[in-house]
Amino acid sequence: MSTAPGVNDFALKLANVNGTGSASANGLLMQSIFRMGVPVSGKNLFPSNIQGLPTWYEIRVNGAGHTARSLEYHLMVAMNAQTYAQDVASVASGGYVLYDSSWPLDDDLIREDVNYLGVPLAAMCREHFTKNRERILMKNVAYAGALVALLDIDLDIVSTLLAETFAKNEALRESNQRALRLGYDVARENFPCPLPFRVEARGENQDSILVDGNTAIALGCLYAGATVVGWYPITPATAVMDNFIALCKRYRRVEVAPGEWENNYCVIQAEDEIAAIGMVLGASWAGARAFTSTAGPGISLMNELLGLAYYTEIPAVVVDVQRVGPSTGMPTRTQQGDLLACAYASHGDTRHIIVIPADPHEAFEFAVAAFDLAERFQTPVFVLSDLDIGMNDWIVPSLTWDDSFVPNRGRVLHDEDLANMREFFRYAHEDDDHVTARTLPGSDEKGAYFIRGSGHDRFGRYTEESGAYLQVVDRLRAKHASAAHHVPAPLEVRRPGSRVGLVTMGSCDRAVREAIELLAEQGVDCDYLRVRAFPFADSIRDFVDSHESCFVIEQNRDAQLKSLLTVELSLTPASMTSILDYGGFPLSASTVVEAVLAHQEVH
Amino acid sequence: MPSIAKPRIPLAPLAHNDLGLTIRDYEGAMSTLCAGCGHDSVTAAISLAFFELSIRPRDIAKLSGIGCSSKTPTYFINGAHGFNSAHGRMAAIATGAIAAQRGLHYIGVSGDGDSLSIGLGHLSHAIRRNVDMTYIIENNGVYGLTKGQVSPSADVGSRPKKGDPNVVPPIDPMELGLALGATFLARGFSGDKDQLVPLIKAAVAHRGFALLDVISPCVSFNDHEGSTKSYRFFREHEVHEIETDFVPQRAEIRSKISSDSARAVTMHDGSVMYFRALPEGYNPTDRVSVEAYLAERKAMGEVPTGLLFLREGAPDLHDMSGTVSRPLADLDLADLCPGNDALQRLQESFR
Ligand SMILES: Cc1ncc(C[n+]2csc(CCOP(=O)(O)OP(=O)(O)O)c2C)c(N)n1
Ligand code: SF4
Ligand SMILES: [Mg+2]
Repeated sequence: MSTAPGVNDFALKLANVNGTGSASANGLLMQSIFRMGVPVSGKNLFPSNIQGLPTWYEIRVNGAGHTARSLEYHLMVAMNAQTYAQDVASVASGGYVLYDSSWPLDDDLIREDVNYLGVPLAAMCREHFTKNRERILMKNVAYAGALVALLDIDLDIVSTLLAETFAKNEALRESNQRALRLGYDVARENFPCPLPFRVEARGENQDSILVDGNTAIALGCLYAGATVVGWYPITPATAVMDNFIALCKRYRRVEVAPGEWENNYCVIQAEDEIAAIGMVLGASWAGARAFTSTAGPGISLMNELLGLAYYTEIPAVVVDVQRVGPSTGMPTRTQQGDLLACAYASHGDTRHIIVIPADPHEAFEFAVAAFDLAERFQTPVFVLSDLDIGMNDWIVPSLTWDDSFVPNRGRVLHDEDLANMREFFRYAHEDDDHVTARTLPGSDEKGAYFIRGSGHDRFGRYTEESGAYLQVVDRLRAKHASAAHHVPAPLEVRRPGSRVGLVTMGSCDRAVREAIELLAEQGVDCDYLRVRAFPFADSIRDFVDSHESCFVIEQNRDAQLKSLLTVELSLTPASMTSILDYGGFPLSASTVVEAVLAHQEVH
Repeated sequence: MPSIAKPRIPLAPLAHNDLGLTIRDYEGAMSTLCAGCGHDSVTAAISLAFFELSIRPRDIAKLSGIGCSSKTPTYFINGAHGFNSAHGRMAAIATGAIAAQRGLHYIGVSGDGDSLSIGLGHLSHAIRRNVDMTYIIENNGVYGLTKGQVSPSADVGSRPKKGDPNVVPPIDPMELGLALGATFLARGFSGDKDQLVPLIKAAVAHRGFALLDVISPCVSFNDHEGSTKSYRFFREHEVHEIETDFVPQRAEIRSKISSDSARAVTMHDGSVMYFRALPEGYNPTDRVSVEAYLAERKAMGEVPTGLLFLREGAPDLHDMSGTVSRPLADLDLADLCPGNDALQRLQESFR
């Protein structure tokens, strides 16, 4: 499926050693292309390590807006001798390899069908910089400079970005600019610049931002009014809290007396994830909006208390930035392997609400929605993100906030309400969504009750009687089903006459949409449905039923979405075919296209 | 409320506290624990302490984990909100609640299993954070609710009802607390209400984490010959040298305190803790001195009770977090949401 690269249509891969400062140079290139108004994506494929292991960064430039991961690299920046062989091997035929020619390349790294661009980066930096650390760091900026020339990236934009980044550090600003220029000039002198594929400025991206999902979720939590947080560090979720804390320092400090500041938030770094979710439950029980963020291992630890929250009906927001499992798995690789673990987290019959964003924009909106859902339905709500969304920068439409937004705090009785009641019973008098009213600690004695995870009846009293127990758990089941009408609806895009349906979720979105266009070019028209929440809407069943063949595309080994759809919507397993991609990297369109075509051929 | 039913019409008129409430307003549901269980006496002491402190039930929140001991919050102060959580997790849940709603008096009740095995991590960190609450361990040396297995507080050589004597060294919550920088450490005995009630009151008055280790015998599984947590053994080995009086901030009572040599520690709310009798060389505000005393007594096979250590004025969770004085749970979105203009400005840095 190889296509010739062209103007605003190519991909490059940068192979680096982690801990050498390449990330900022790579980000600089990606952000400059964004500022040139051209659709672009950057995917960081990094190891679970602090220093010395191979790390890659992929930049895809695509004027048509296809920014899923591409598996075809037209230019390789080979900066890591450990991985030279595999990096050179992965360049598309006719492509280019930019390498550090301070040392000669081994003969067995020479391919006849690719072009070599040797830049003596180490030698140049040794000559122009004196400090050891600087000599290493500036190699990155120098290759960025060469790429700016080769790909016709706007040098002014890159310089401006550097100036902004190092606004507060004159020395660094100067050395970075110098290194940039060095690489730029060497490339201009020695290579035919620009290459046949290059970047051409466009007017797009004005209404867009470049943001990662962890930042967006932190913003959502800030805007939703979250005040209490319990958390425990874990990749790839840590940055949610780093960002939340930074945002709180900026927006949640109040000056109570001249020069005396206090915080409208309380973030507690817990002793483990059990404590983190425990703190969230305590705070939510006490009436605050509280959340935690974690990854799969944390979800495993939280299970018991998630069941407590479900059964006693305490709101909680849990952000799960998924990584590769099971166990420690591959902490810096992406996967969608926690769907089932979240849907039914905890022992006994439990079922939870899950919202599944596709990108940072939705992550912001769904984070806000999660707090409303949690309080409306008095239950845990998962925001199921993943490493690709969370840790990579995405171009998404700018975020907006409706200043007239009124949060849905759910059914809470205050003193005034209690005054008009003869008696209060925690789990009686359900509304149309099977939700009962709660009271908060500190409210009138009439509203006091004793929350218990042990068997309780609709009055909140301890029970071991079947009938009384069933009343409560059957209502919980109905309540969860009701939530299907309040969670984000599935997103459908139909093409007239399609007989094939593609169902997916989360960060697979862009790859699957691109695949649909590629498949259409091959004469296979497909409709699209993206699941955005659990419990599922009935329209998903209709979608599956109305297509001759339906593919469910997801990033886990065991077809968790397909299984959940089958069980929860009473679909026949044969009505859907799985396309599974779970090796730890973001999905690419070609994987989907090949799988769909292969299946069509067989049938 | 203890398990023996009370007459509906009181025989003698009930006393009223400053709020005009009687002890009945501080009682809860009928206990379902075994007759004679130490925990019921602790329940009664808690009711009495809050009654005498004249704290409105609605201003109290009670939490627990899982175990016979953790069942007890339902047996006191009906009008207070309660949270019977999961085994070992109460300290974490209380921490979150206190972070959110700082306007209440929090009392947590736990067992030696709940606190010293499965919940040891959370207890330790609640101590470190100096979470403002009263935390009672009803310590019986066994897992009562699961029928008598040895717990981490069981002494070496202590013989369970079934099985071999314990050979694993115990965790003493008081030593643990000292090591972790606790600010209030007291040990009481369920069988000594006169000592226990003032200890609970002082714990409630303390600002910060008040850890109360209450020896509370399990009559069903650990009250036999050979147990070191039985009523008999404890009465024989308790040393009650540290004598304190809790004096609420109201002045009229203060005159009753006679001892000139008394050391006084003023609590956060203005009440005063008087140390009436102290062993030679013992300073309850000095950690090193307390550690030495406890070690010495332990070597003699004795268990000291009383208010063992007190450090008033240390920063609590809220001080350390710099939170506003208004409870976070009471803030509205208007106080918390930066609004669209700020969002648009912020996004300038995302371009
Ligand atoms: C996760 C979990 N594991 C085990 C249990 C079973 N369990 C219930 S209470 C208890 C021990 C209680 O001992 P303690 O805290 O000393 O309370 P006591 O009954 O002695 O007052 C155990 C192990 C449980 N409820 N939850
Ligand atoms: S088993 Fe022991 S701890 Fe439990 S109620 Fe009976 S006496 Fe008390
Ligand atoms: Mg016990």
